[in-house]
Amino acid sequence: MLLPLCPGLARWTNPFRVFAIAVAVCLCGSGSGSLGDDPELTVDPRIEEAEQRRIEAINKAMPATVSIFIPGGGGGGSGVLISPDGFALTNFHVTSPAGSFMRCGLSDGRIYNAVIIGIDPVGDLALIRLLGRDDFPHAEMANSSQARPGQWCLVIGNPFLLATNLQPTVTWGILSGVGRYQYPAGTLLEYADCLQTDASINPGNSGGPLFDENGRLLGIVGRASFEKRGRVNVGVGYAISINQAKNFLGDLHSGRILDHATLGATVATDSEEGGAQISNILRTSDAYRRGLRYGNTVLEIDGRDVTTANEVQNVLATLPAGWRVPIVYLDSAGERKSTLVRLASVHAYDELLLKMEAALPPPPPQSPPGGDGDRPAPDGGEDAPEKDAPGENEEKNGPGPPGEAAGKGPKVDLPPDVAAQFKPRRGFANYHVNLLKQRELMAALRDQVPAMWGSDKDAPTPADKGERPVTRPVWRIEGVREGLDPVPVRFYLDDNRYEITLGDKVVQATRLAELAEGVDAANPSGILAALEAWRTLLIRGTEKFGECFYRGRVPYLGERPLRDSLVGITGDFESTWLIHPESRRLDSIEIVADRDLDPAELLLSWGDEKVGYPTGLELRYGTESLLKVKIISWAFETRTAAEGAADAPPAPQPQGDQVQGGDQ
Amino acid sequence: MRPCERRSTTDFLAQWTLVCILIGAPLVTGRPGLRADEPADRPKSYDADLEGLVRKGQASAVKIYGAGGGGLVSYQSGFLVSPIGHIATAWSHVLDVEPVVVLDDGRRFPSKIVGFEPRLDLAVLKIEAEGLTHLGLAPELPNLADPVLAISNLFGIASGGEPASAMHGSVSSITRLDARRGTFKTPYTGTVLILDLVANNPGAAGGAVISADGRAVGMLGKELRDASAGVWLNYAIPSQTLRQAIADIVAGREVVAAVPETPVLPKDRSHLPLTLGLSLIPDVLENTPAYVDRVMPNTPAARADVRADDLILLVDNTRIDGQRTLLDTLRRIDRRDPLVLTLQRGSAIITAELNP
Repeated sequence: MLLPLCPGLARWTNPFRVFAIAVAVCLCGSGSGSLGDDPELTVDPRIEEAEQRRIEAINKAMPATVSIFIPGGGGGGSGVLISPDGFALTNFHVTSPAGSFMRCGLSDGRIYNAVIIGIDPVGDLALIRLLGRDDFPHAEMANSSQARPGQWCLVIGNPFLLATNLQPTVTWGILSGVGRYQYPAGTLLEYADCLQTDASINPGNSGGPLFDENGRLLGIVGRASFEKRGRVNVGVGYAISINQAKNFLGDLHSGRILDHATLGATVATDSEEGGAQISNILRTSDAYRRGLRYGNTVLEIDGRDVTTANEVQNVLATLPAGWRVPIVYLDSAGERKSTLVRLASVHAYDELLLKMEAALPPPPPQSPPGGDGDRPAPDGGEDAPEKDAPGENEEKNGPGPPGEAAGKGPKVDLPPDVAAQFKPRRGFANYHVNLLKQRELMAALRDQVPAMWGSDKDAPTPADKGERPVTRPVWRIEGVREGLDPVPVRFYLDDNRYEITLGDKVVQATRLAELAEGVDAANPSGILAALEAWRTLLIRGTEKFGECFYRGRVPYLGERPLRDSLVGITGDFESTWLIHPESRRLDSIEIVADRDLDPAELLLSWGDEKVGYPTGLELRYGTESLLKVKIISWAFETRTAAEGAADAPPAPQPQGDQVQGGDQ
Repeated sequence: MRPCERRSTTDFLAQWTLVCILIGAPLVTGRPGLRADEPADRPKSYDADLEGLVRKGQASAVKIYGAGGGGLVSYQSGFLVSPIGHIATAWSHVLDVEPVVVLDDGRRFPSKIVGFEPRLDLAVLKIEAEGLTHLGLAPELPNLADPVLAISNLFGIASGGEPASAMHGSVSSITRLDARRGTFKTPYTGTVLILDLVANNPGAAGGAVISADGRAVGMLGKELRDASAGVWLNYAIPSQTLRQAIADIVAGREVVAAVPETPVLPKDRSHLPLTLGLSLIPDVLENTPAYVDRVMPNTPAARADVRADDLILLVDNTRIDGQRTLLDTLRRIDRRDPLVLTLQRGSAIITAELNP
């Protein structure tokens, strides 16, 4: 089981350790010992207390630790349970050779099947779910931003895959550094703002937990500095901070393959005055649209101070793509400005999938481990010694039968419980969980406003696409513009007829494409686009709206709690609904027509719950409020969809596409 | 700088003490090599909590950037030993150029090598700064099993204002290196602290090993590997050994000057390699190292057993960084006077007194 190097290492260190342990046992076990001629050696009660606390921390942390084994002897690693229903965090590079299915052992001696849920190849995180229980032991999460060098910590896991008896290995150490940055291999497996520890971390510890001295989860171990000593601990291990994992957790639950955030600008540390100055900025980026320019100094991102280019990357790399975060900067006049910036993806969509494939290790019999070949050894830079991720590759040197497949090679038959929880789809690690989330959110949206979308939500949909016995309510909304000039406002939404009346000004549209143009022009008809997207979603549901998916959890106007984000794409625009995680209220609808322009954002306020419709609407482009409406009434006239379709001109309706565009 | 969040010190205290109690252990066993002469109840200050201790170590640590290449890293560690910018570090290839020093707060300084002691693998650098956090050097050896922290920039993990890495462990053994027998290729043959932490990594040399009371008890040495067993050694050179040399250099008693103050003598009155009986390797580089090529028989060099391939490091107390410095230095010494060469032969450091 062990790598060849280990026995040698053990010989070297053991005499000291054994000696130390022997003494400890002598002192602690008997409670007294002889010290020369001194008859008694009493143990300081603080020592006993410290020992007791350490035992308690281990006892608290151990049950949540998962030993992961890839079926067929393809390797494995470690993980940690974070919820009673079996969700566990581990490394992407641990799950990637396994694909969709793993076997997981807990310290109680039981083995569970686990299914992949979501993956973050850039941040080297993966969410898996252990099946078969709803009362799994799970770790309590710490706040890793408060971690400081010198704090005691412990690592529990499956080094060298020793836990064949399902008893994980505990190593103890201190935090050697916090806020560390470790260069990615290419753009995958980037470790930013990570924790460094001297607790022993060896191949197989990957994906496992780093706990604080009280047994609370501080991070996910995933990487170590390895140099000439071979692939064993050299006193430097890194863990992804649990706060980064918290940022990604909502998105991981979506089953998607995740990407990380980029500002759309590069920054450089000002060599004279300090500070992170923008050295390059894309004109199409949201940062540019929000006013950031070449030479501006970035002061804060997502509430965290940044003073160097490294710190900027340290913050950005811990954020998921698509998040909108507050940024504080100094403009060219030296004035302090605050704004909200939407962060773009590091990768183009296909690019990430390609890179991921490339990062997967080759099938086993090939002897040079894939990771070493794929990952450029960054020995060019003086400050960039070779680091490599432990984990899947190393274990391949173990006794796994060479013919057996790991990864995406020959198919491993999924056990029935795993198969029931898994659905493949391009761009997703597991589309099954995404579908469940879509349904859950759809139900929440409909429950919120039952009157708005018609009555027969449970009616079976006929196979023919022409006529559907679904009622399609027409929305008539009356309100008053808020602000200095309180004129009456009316909205009318019917299939192929969208109307907004502002005072004595009326704007009408018959096609969604016209509304999309309104969004591009940042005019008030963006509100119609948002309302119509909402109306259509309520009527049709995610299955028939277009291409829908659950995106995960994102900040709302740059703030937490993170909102559930449901996305629907049609030929005319992309719509996003943000739903509050607890109240399940719809907070906003966002319509993107042209990616290089600001989306229309409709913020909804809900007064009295019993009213059944929003009491206020606010349309924003960028961070500017364009129109605020206090709602007086919201009427729904129901009639059948067939009626509506009869009046409609047949051509540019999105419904046709949407029906067939629905998923299988 | 991040504020160090102080927590109840007793937590760390208690756990730190748990390790500290092991100090008593060696006395029980009475093994050879253990220092039973030390009073077991030597007072220790445990008033610093572990985070505070780490912070102090980090604040005193420096990153040193210099020469590298050919598989050798171009950075190492060091620590401040005076408030006015004296830095103890390992004498190594990194110092072949005037190194750049980066402090814990991110400030960068050019540095001067004010002195070095090849037999101790020690160099002392100086930067022009004041009011710096620094470490005191323990005059006595630590006890066996004493808990220690190693503070270094191993692997160059930290850069700029990022704090150096901290590792914990204890003193596993206090012994002498088997260097003379060629087991470890190092000029240092004195007492070392063997550590139970994987401290000696690329870039770690020159880092501080600090005790629970916040003093430096040793300096991490260069990477050493047992030539027969292939095992890497984790060790430090004790402050007790380094202390006097550092103090002498800092106090100016042991100035290693690149350019001596004495005037250049006429050629027929000064020393030259030939008058000593030496010829050097061809001077083809901008700064060709002062390697001995040949030694003529029946000359002062031959009588002092200088050999071909010896590298001249010092002439008396003057640091020789190349053949030009050597010639310049010899030109300032009267031909009738004896002189002392410090030579590196393989990994050993040898002195040879040449009497004309």
